[in-house]
Amino acid sequence: MTTKSLLQAIGEGLAEEMRSDESVMVLGEDVGRAGGVFRVTEGLQKEFGPERVMDTPLAESLIVGAAIGLSVNGMRPVAEIQFADFIPPAFDQIVNEAARFYYRSNGAWSCPLTIRVPYGAVHGGALYHSQSVEAWFCNTPGLKVVAPTYPADAKGMLKSAIRDPNPVLFLEHKRTYRLIKEDVPEEDYAVPLGEARVHREGDDITVVAYGLVLHTALEVAEKLSGEQGIEVEVVEPRTLYPLDKETILRSAKKTGKVLIASEANLTGSVSGEIAAVVAAEAFEWLDGPVMRLGAPDVPAAAFAKPMLDFFVPGEMEIEAAMLELARY
Amino acid sequence: MAIKETRAGREAHLGDDDLLKIYRYMLLARRVDERSWVLNRQGRAAFVVSCQGHEAIQVGAAYSLRPGYDYVYPYYRDLGITLTLGQTARDQFLSLLARREDPNSAGRQMPGHYSSRELNIVTASAPVGVQYPQAAGTALAFKMRGEDGVVLTCGGEASTSGGDWHEAMNFAGIHGLPVIFLIENNSYAISVPEKMQIAGSIAGRAAGYGIPGVEVDGNDVLAVYKAAKEAFERARGGDGPTLIEAKTYRLTAHSSDDDDRRYREREEIEEWRQRDPLVRFERYLEEVELLDEENKEEIEAGIKAEVDEAVEYAESAPQASPEEALDLVYAEG
Amino acid sequence: MATPVTMPRLGESVTEGTIARWLKAEGDEIEKDEPLCEVDTDKVNAELPSPYAGRIEKLLISEGTTVDVGTRIALVTVAGAGEDVDPGREAPPREDAAAEAPTEEFPAAGTEAQPVADEANGENQRVVARARGGDGRGEIESAETLRLTRSSPVVRRLAGEHGVEIAEVPGTGIGGRVTKKDIESYIEEREAAPAAAEAPEAPPEREAPPERVEVYEGDRVVELTSIRRAIADRMSASKREVPHAWTMVEVDVTGLVSLRERVKNEFVEREGVRLTYLPFIVRVVVEGLKEYPVLNSVWDGDRIVVRKRINIGVAVDLEDALIVPVIPDADELNLLGLARRIDEVVEKARSRQLSPDEVAGGTFTVNNPGALGSVVSVPIINHPQAAILSAEAIVKRPVIMNDAIAIRSMMNLEVSFDHRVTDGGVVLRFLNAVKGRLEGYGPESELG
Repeated sequence: MTTKSLLQAIGEGLAEEMRSDESVMVLGEDVGRAGGVFRVTEGLQKEFGPERVMDTPLAESLIVGAAIGLSVNGMRPVAEIQFADFIPPAFDQIVNEAARFYYRSNGAWSCPLTIRVPYGAVHGGALYHSQSVEAWFCNTPGLKVVAPTYPADAKGMLKSAIRDPNPVLFLEHKRTYRLIKEDVPEEDYAVPLGEARVHREGDDITVVAYGLVLHTALEVAEKLSGEQGIEVEVVEPRTLYPLDKETILRSAKKTGKVLIASEANLTGSVSGEIAAVVAAEAFEWLDGPVMRLGAPDVPAAAFAKPMLDFFVPGEMEIEAAMLELARY
Repeated sequence: MAIKETRAGREAHLGDDDLLKIYRYMLLARRVDERSWVLNRQGRAAFVVSCQGHEAIQVGAAYSLRPGYDYVYPYYRDLGITLTLGQTARDQFLSLLARREDPNSAGRQMPGHYSSRELNIVTASAPVGVQYPQAAGTALAFKMRGEDGVVLTCGGEASTSGGDWHEAMNFAGIHGLPVIFLIENNSYAISVPEKMQIAGSIAGRAAGYGIPGVEVDGNDVLAVYKAAKEAFERARGGDGPTLIEAKTYRLTAHSSDDDDRRYREREEIEEWRQRDPLVRFERYLEEVELLDEENKEEIEAGIKAEVDEAVEYAESAPQASPEEALDLVYAEG
Repeated sequence: MATPVTMPRLGESVTEGTIARWLKAEGDEIEKDEPLCEVDTDKVNAELPSPYAGRIEKLLISEGTTVDVGTRIALVTVAGAGEDVDPGREAPPREDAAAEAPTEEFPAAGTEAQPVADEANGENQRVVARARGGDGRGEIESAETLRLTRSSPVVRRLAGEHGVEIAEVPGTGIGGRVTKKDIESYIEEREAAPAAAEAPEAPPEREAPPERVEVYEGDRVVELTSIRRAIADRMSASKREVPHAWTMVEVDVTGLVSLRERVKNEFVEREGVRLTYLPFIVRVVVEGLKEYPVLNSVWDGDRIVVRKRINIGVAVDLEDALIVPVIPDADELNLLGLARRIDEVVEKARSRQLSPDEVAGGTFTVNNPGALGSVVSVPIINHPQAAILSAEAIVKRPVIMNDAIAIRSMMNLEVSFDHRVTDGGVVLRFLNAVKGRLEGYGPESELG
């Protein structure tokens, strides 16, 4: 075990998969010589050469489209979209193409393809380097959308994503790239897709969260436990689509009170879907309203820090929401 | 009948049996297409999208591919390509009638959205132009592994208007990828004529991406065959992509749901019918004495029997059960 | 089949209840949530809303009889499948904030000198009985009401599975809502407790219907809420039983006013609680009671019981009702402690979140109609206590001091007392002790 940041863990996962499987390759803007704008792919081109770690033209539809073509011809491409905000040109290739190959060909063609996407608000990121785009993709059957938050999970899930026969959108919260560090196993391991993780057990309320908000929620949960004896069960979906309903429902039925928190715009969000699942399938166990916490319905986080801080649910808002639900 | 090498055949390195095979594929495509319209007008088939007028381009281009090795990204008119690669009339009618045995999609997709894992026909989509970046990626895989596979990707002239085509041409040019972009320019994008769609020339655009661009008479099957074969050979030899613009005319409406009388004159169609690639190749084969009344009738009769049998088979084939709509969303394993 | 109705637990520590009055007779039809009887406990007086709709088969307990919690008190033949066909409905509760906002000096309080408006608002019932249904008439229920009667899906499911009436369960959630944990511990407790003995059957006696006044066109008939009825019963009982006597002194609180003016901003900043005059008054009253303990006592038929603990009730005006939360062992609190406790109970009273425990056990009551501008009032004793003190509004008045006219801040203090227990002399000595202490405050006094 060594302590690794999220971005180190992801980079290490890529390198290990490339070493063990020659068909694994990386393509995207600035992933080669520069090692990626966040340095996730640092050193890969040196080790694996300019074809397997390919700097592409600045054309997102091409990046994903070419990755699809690679994937149907024996390769396991990992495409990088530099910022989630720039993914819309590739939307057709992801949603209409990669996600549908298997279904529309009656199982003849599949796309074992991973698309790494840094997302989430950071200071200075502003409208086009901050967005949380997961909801756009979470009603796309055939696509898997994963958003691990912690380094060991991210490395293990990246390996699962690369080995998965389906297209996987792999969301990485860029604010947590260097913020979160933890021990990451040295040996080869994989964390399965489609399984939520219970970070903390508790019987007063359930908080379902991912990304930076999850990290904050876990800190608040510890605080509430110490100061007020409120025990919060914290569940991280890890895979946002398709959801691990079972784990979420098990926790919802246990506590009867559910808060779903993320920094995505609230309307039409993944949080809304989780809330609907809980309301429909755990109704008889509920002991309070299903609550959500998210960003206001404005386009994205602003450049100015006060507006950014207002946009992303912070410790105070998360604590207030948890207390409100606990006291309900 | 005496078998002798024709002049055109010699130039194209084709034997007489190849020429007759090409003719048979073209005729089969035409007859399957015509029968599809009949089934549609009888209310037995929901939708038809047609290849009529494209047969020379499609059969000519596909004839020198290695089915199941080279990759093909066809578009929805490419019946002539898929038949040449090995799909059958039965396959086509199973797809037209949305039967469970439809090899393209088991009744999920509209007719014309081809797919075959065995023949390396990559599942086709309806949005126009999305196949080009994919084809470039598939070609990149061949190149990375040092294999001599080539990729043929096709579309109409309107598919060059969107970004995907340009992104793919650029990428193929940068890396010298073994991919052939075959543009089947049939003069109309549904109702919009070529002059409203294309500035300058399509073939001329290849120069901007540093790759060869070839313009070819799309009604001359041997000319298309020759251009395609040369392009494949360049690609296999590591000399990168080629753009082929094959010019023809769409002899039918865009689809069974389109009425082309709203936007083009009958006279114009009649004029192009005189240049029908099928008729043209027939005349050529008659000139070189490969085809006469006798073997022509024989070929026609064989194709008619094949089409009759295919329709009968498809009509009696079962449809998928409603619940099969839920299957195969995700690949396992 | 007749379904039993049991004596509810009307407070955390309540183990028994007295059927004060049956509101239905055998054979009567009853709606779900319609009042079935009045129950007195040592904590509260409450109406018991019928858990079922149907016909009253039998009233098992006679009026005035005290039975354990869980005892069967009536049998109801449940209509239909016993489903909640017509859930209780009532008008949305009003905001608690009084039209007349309390002044800064005093939390608003009521006295019988002020007419207490009654809007037949079911909201009040929550304060007294924690959980009430509606009256089965009209309008969409508010979320607040539904929270109490329906609570939540899991509570309803558990209630159904264990045959518990949600309204019986003491709630600790928002607005007194019964939470999952509340009902789980209730069920656990109930299952641990031995089955309550079958109560002796006795024919219920019905009071003759009260003589009605004539109702003229345009008049509005307001049915009594249980809190209104509780107030009415207690006030009548007190006036009927207790020979009231009354006396008043004038207090010069100029020094106290200056003191408060000096420290109030700093106080709220430091302590997070507004410094009103009420803690000062309670503090000096407590000191006075220590000197004259007979005012902290109870008339007990043929004897007087002088209470050791000094638990001060503080009257709080809820606009449509009066509630008296109790500050137990007020003698153990300093001024800051009193300020905090008073602030807390007043807030709880206003948000109708007092539990039955918090309104029980008072030994002396302080009333402060001055908050609403009263300068003289004649309070009714909070039976069975021996006395009640009213603090009136502080007003500037010309006063003769050292043979000169001075402008002073003056306040009237009155006591109503049970003349059986004590006499005017003792009460005035008590009042003068209180007065002396209040007048002893000066601008530079320490807050103690």
